[in-house]
Amino acid sequence: MSDLDTFRSETRAWLEENCPPEMRAPIVSEKDVVWGGRDQSRLTAPQKIWLDRMAARGWTVPDWPTDYGGGGLSAAETKVLREEMARIKARNPLNSFGISMLGPALLKYGTEAQKLEHLPKIARGEIRWCQGYSEPNAGSDLASLATSAEDAGDHFVVNGQKVWTSYADQADWIFCLVRTDKTTKQGGISFVLFDMASPGVSTKPILLISGYSPFCETFFDDVKVPKANLVGELNKGWDVAKYLLGHEREMISGMGLSGGGDALVEGALATVGVDAEGRLADPLLRAKIALYEVRALAFAAQSERFIDELKAGHAHPAQPSMMKYYGTELNKARHELAMAAGGSDAVEWESERSGGGRAARAWLRTKANSIEGGTSEIQLNIVAKRILELPG
Amino acid sequence: MPLFLNDEQTMLRDTARDFVSENAPVAHLRRLRDSDDKTGFDRALWKQFAEMGFTGILIREDAGGLGLGHVEAGVVLEEIGRNLSPSPFLTTAVAAVAALHNTAQAERWFPGILSGETVAALAIDEGAKHRDRVALRAERAGNGFRLSGAKQFVTHGHVADLLIVAARTGGSDDEAEGVTLFAVPADAAGLTATPERLADSSVAARLTFEGVAVDADAVIGEVDAGRGPLDRLLRAGRTGASAELLGVGGGAMDMTVAYLKQRKQFGTLIGSFQALQHRAAHLYAEMEVARAAVLKAQQLLDAGDAAADQAVSVAKAMTGLATTLSVQEGIQMHGGIGMTDEYDIGFFMKRARVLAEMFGDTNFHADRVARGRGY
Repeated sequence: MSDLDTFRSETRAWLEENCPPEMRAPIVSEKDVVWGGRDQSRLTAPQKIWLDRMAARGWTVPDWPTDYGGGGLSAAETKVLREEMARIKARNPLNSFGISMLGPALLKYGTEAQKLEHLPKIARGEIRWCQGYSEPNAGSDLASLATSAEDAGDHFVVNGQKVWTSYADQADWIFCLVRTDKTTKQGGISFVLFDMASPGVSTKPILLISGYSPFCETFFDDVKVPKANLVGELNKGWDVAKYLLGHEREMISGMGLSGGGDALVEGALATVGVDAEGRLADPLLRAKIALYEVRALAFAAQSERFIDELKAGHAHPAQPSMMKYYGTELNKARHELAMAAGGSDAVEWESERSGGGRAARAWLRTKANSIEGGTSEIQLNIVAKRILELPG
Repeated sequence: MPLFLNDEQTMLRDTARDFVSENAPVAHLRRLRDSDDKTGFDRALWKQFAEMGFTGILIREDAGGLGLGHVEAGVVLEEIGRNLSPSPFLTTAVAAVAALHNTAQAERWFPGILSGETVAALAIDEGAKHRDRVALRAERAGNGFRLSGAKQFVTHGHVADLLIVAARTGGSDDEAEGVTLFAVPADAAGLTATPERLADSSVAARLTFEGVAVDADAVIGEVDAGRGPLDRLLRAGRTGASAELLGVGGGAMDMTVAYLKQRKQFGTLIGSFQALQHRAAHLYAEMEVARAAVLKAQQLLDAGDAAADQAVSVAKAMTGLATTLSVQEGIQMHGGIGMTDEYDIGFFMKRARVLAEMFGDTNFHADRVARGRGY
């Protein structure tokens, strides 16, 4: 037996023994997602057990070094772990912008002290992070941001406003882009970390078309940020930001991976039923679902290929833009189809039967996919210029 | 297994790329067409394919082949597609070899395929749309069978040395069981081939079988159990056609992107226009996704994985979508010059259309995915 086979059988046995049965069920609502953070009172007992057991092995971040709370697994072992988790339908023990975005940036640009301070807490889900990038006048044109950080000796004084800060009202810390030089555009931006409990930080949720408020407006009024919290070099935060955006795009492209063919078919079966040959009785709906599935299965292969190429170090650096574009457009198409399959049942908004309008709210949520993390148009610009090397 | 080509496969691709682009670029197809060639391909070139070892890619080493897999066959097919090279590689070295693999007929036909003497054609379609249906009858007669019926869309059917024929020995036309696969020599009495030139300048035949007598040993595999070798043939053919489509779509896209960087309008390169950049970038995304689907199908097929069947249909459906987009965008972005016979982009559109129909189009395979998943 190869080492990898041994690892697989040991992992399978460990997961079998340690993953609580409640954590092997599909995620149906927001409260099923574990985000971690200082306030863990929201977690159910099985969520807490699953998080703690996985974190103890470093398996919330399996491929991070063990010194920083990771599992120290190779790319191949990480893949095996994910496959074995998928096999028993185990939920992700921890969802975190710390894992998917800040962590990789700190691993690349952070000082040793910053890594030791922040990474283990991310791995254990002790600190919940939010991202302070967009501003009212700096969305797609992110480099126009105006939030300022004035040098005040041993610290910066931060003033300004961010917008679309995901879960800012529930976050403990923020990783934030600030302007430290007003004379240049991209060259005057720095990347800083600070505690959301710092005096001068306030947040205000934004009500969305889905009826939810996952995003906030975030205000900074003379917030003191120690200089030790600067990541990378002063005025060179754009490099960190770009690196991190690549990871964010990868994460968002994963949405296209949620497959969802089964749910579409189930939804359609419930509304249109089957014909004499056992096929969905609405042939056009059936055809649309089938063509969606072709694309979704092909995209699943592309995602696998993308990850394999990333790990082998020969993915084109702009490839995440392509993945983000395709994945989010596919996800929107899936939810549009889900609404068509669900018919009038799917537009119920508050009924118990509809889970409080789960389908409709999820459908509305996906409309942000092609806007957040860089719009589809921005991604296409990047592919055109950096991969196809088109002029201008 | 990671989902990208390993070092050996990359080397093979480079070899195939050099060989095909040097010996059979689009100009080769144009020459064949302009000289009103009746064969549909160049026999001397087919010999060269054999000398390169390409015809033995899927043939086991103990039978004199290279003993490689569908990934490697696809590497060659993609280059054939990229150069629009007319070749019996897909029908002979891929689909026919897959059908004959591990049967008594292998010994008889593999040496000719390895040496480049033998060309095989696939008599599997009976209507204008590819279906699983088999109506052509094979009735027992003496020591063998008599075949009666018709087939169409048989590429190289008028010049092939070997015809692989799906016939019905039992059951009704739409049943999966009761099918037998035959290896029929091209000179069998009662067999008529009517060649027709297709839009892409290739030649496909309509075949009629009027009591064509074959020996019992012409059966590939077992009587009434032809689904086994036929499914092998179809999986290999569908995957191979997907790889060739990937080459056609990729070739058209490269040509188009190069044109965007060179053509000026309003005093500026048209590739700097955002409207065209976005469409080119979208096309690139579709082609990348199609590429992954093809590689996935090839790898699963080589691994003998049960999931291969669905992956093969996904690959054929997805390459049909992506390559159709690629050739359409190719003509559109080239503008008027794209409509001229003198310019090559139109050849890509024609080839893509023929390949899209071969072994089942996007709708056929999407339907297959749906059935496989129970709806």
